[in-house]
Amino acid sequence: MKLKTSRLRRLHFRGSSCVIGAPYLWTILFFFIPFLIIFKISFADVSDTSQPPYSDLTSYEDNHVNIALNVGNYLDLFRCEDEEDCNVWKIDYDFLNFESVGLNIRDSLKGFFDAISTEFHVTIYIEAFWNSVKIAAVSTLICLLIGYPMAWSIAHSSQAMRSVLLMLVILPSWTSFLIRVYAWIGLLKPNGTINNVLMWFGIIHEPLNMMHTSFAVYIGVVYAYLPFMIMPLYTAISRVDNSLIEAAEDLGAKPFTILTKILLPLTSGGMIAGSMLVFIPAVGEYIIPELLGGPYNILIGQQLWIDFSNNHDWPKAAAIAVAMLLFLLVPIIWYFKQQKNEGVSK
Amino acid sequence: MSGPAPEVKSVWRLIVLALGFFFLYMPIIVLIVYSFNDSQLVTVWSKFSLRWYKELFVGVQQQSEAIRSGVLLSLTIGFFSASFAVVLGTISAFVLTRFDSFRTKTLFSFLTTAPMVLPDVIIGLALMLLFVALENMTGGLYDWLNGMKVEEGTLWSGIHSALTYCASKIAGWPEKGAFTIWLAMVTLTSAYVSVVVRTRLQEMDNSIEEAAMDLGATPLKTFFVITIPSLFPAILSGWLLAFTISMDDVVITQFVSGPGAKTLPIVVFSSVRRGVSPTINALASIIVLVVSVCTFIVWYTMHRKDKKRQREYGMMSVRQKAEREKSDTPKA
Repeated sequence: MKLKTSRLRRLHFRGSSCVIGAPYLWTILFFFIPFLIIFKISFADVSDTSQPPYSDLTSYEDNHVNIALNVGNYLDLFRCEDEEDCNVWKIDYDFLNFESVGLNIRDSLKGFFDAISTEFHVTIYIEAFWNSVKIAAVSTLICLLIGYPMAWSIAHSSQAMRSVLLMLVILPSWTSFLIRVYAWIGLLKPNGTINNVLMWFGIIHEPLNMMHTSFAVYIGVVYAYLPFMIMPLYTAISRVDNSLIEAAEDLGAKPFTILTKILLPLTSGGMIAGSMLVFIPAVGEYIIPELLGGPYNILIGQQLWIDFSNNHDWPKAAAIAVAMLLFLLVPIIWYFKQQKNEGVSK
Repeated sequence: MSGPAPEVKSVWRLIVLALGFFFLYMPIIVLIVYSFNDSQLVTVWSKFSLRWYKELFVGVQQQSEAIRSGVLLSLTIGFFSASFAVVLGTISAFVLTRFDSFRTKTLFSFLTTAPMVLPDVIIGLALMLLFVALENMTGGLYDWLNGMKVEEGTLWSGIHSALTYCASKIAGWPEKGAFTIWLAMVTLTSAYVSVVVRTRLQEMDNSIEEAAMDLGATPLKTFFVITIPSLFPAILSGWLLAFTISMDDVVITQFVSGPGAKTLPIVVFSSVRRGVSPTINALASIIVLVVSVCTFIVWYTMHRKDKKRQREYGMMSVRQKAEREKSDTPKA
């Protein structure tokens, strides 16, 4: 069998380099080189006079090649020089106050906390980045909490129902992403459907202010990315050997024990894959905060667009992209490893 | 007994499913319902009417005209990028599954799948910077040739003027517009096609191809007569996926498109930013309808094929089943 396969491969593509060539060239030209360019431009200076609006890194003068690397774009992401670019984060250490149990660490260590500064000046970039990571992480968690029971329920439906339900999960993600986000505007508006229904039932008397808040962004992200969480979870759950669960039941394990000792460990691959599929794109999300979010909680994807399109500061936008890429490298590699392991165990 | 998860009869399971699907579908249903609302205020119900559909198809508002031309442009770009992405993606899937490992295989596999997970803003910015760099290069080439001092009447001056003519034709290429959107969409969607086709290739039975070649078919003939037809469902779903993705993309298109090329998502996005509009609701309802019908047809045909396969599997003898299972288990 093995011998045959290898012969098949050899026969199949003799002189194969031409075949590899096309997608390889395409990927390198349109995917790899662009990232080198981003990296290059992130070290350039903004220039108002030239078109495109950034300076060359190299210049030739008096028989010398000068290379000017401007790391200022990166430093600007962290450094606070302009007051208007900075916000103040104040930490009041209230979380150390356990008055209810007669313990107030904050006040007893007051001298210590007064000595260290409790005010941080952070740039708009750090803040935008923090907002993005927070929203992505929390939404991923919520997706996991909603998606896991759903995936489990689908995996334990009757054989005929399973494929119908799966189709119904995927169907929304085949319709336009934009339209699914748009649908929430009509629901969340002050005179939108949710407020109308709640007021009609008399639960609230004044419309809740949900549009243009972080709450709306959370809902949008969870709603838009939930199918990407459910699919890998379903695959993982339906692969679990049921005899293990039966054995555990026979030996008297409680449902909770079965969940934590068998089901969750065996489906960890699906949980990681699903979480990464939600978290990674959510960090750079642009459409959802733009349509549902408010003007104050800018996310890093929006900040990149603002710098690129409104401020014409391409080097800064490139620096943001590189920083984002470095941050996302860990989850991306984690995801790829997971996929590879899946492939081997299949 | 080992095997797939059994059906669990529990009220909780049904409640979870009901709530989950309510969450997934309620916004879409509300959207469709209000597209039949007569009132200009989308969320205040007045009476049933089809006026927004009429506005969408024959209306003279600037918005509906922009939508109609956007649909045409998006369909064109979607069709061409999906068709090309299918070719590229299928080849790269082949390279990744059927070729013995070559030196840069891991890098290649990473590069071909990375566009799927990376945030759109990064891909959009990267491609935009590439196109600008290319534009500068072609423009610079023309300027350089044009500014060159050449002696008249020599052979070199003839070559030079020919070169300058060619350079003047490609100067400023690729201009931002439909073409650059197409390039970007092919790059993005061929990753998806590659993954879909790769999955199918991995579970495909090699023995039919081997049999064909044992019986004397050339590799090329085997490829076109056996491999491509058995890959067809995967290629088709890859094409559909690529088409929907490029029909729907806002962020990357916003980066790489010029002022002239307004695709449907760009039109919708810029009008939705200003708030809800009943015409957009009507458009959304039509999109949802079309996508649902297409998805249902694809799903139904695949579902029936699956069932047929299962029936055939059920009729096999025990020994055949054992053999089938043996060949299904991984060789590694």
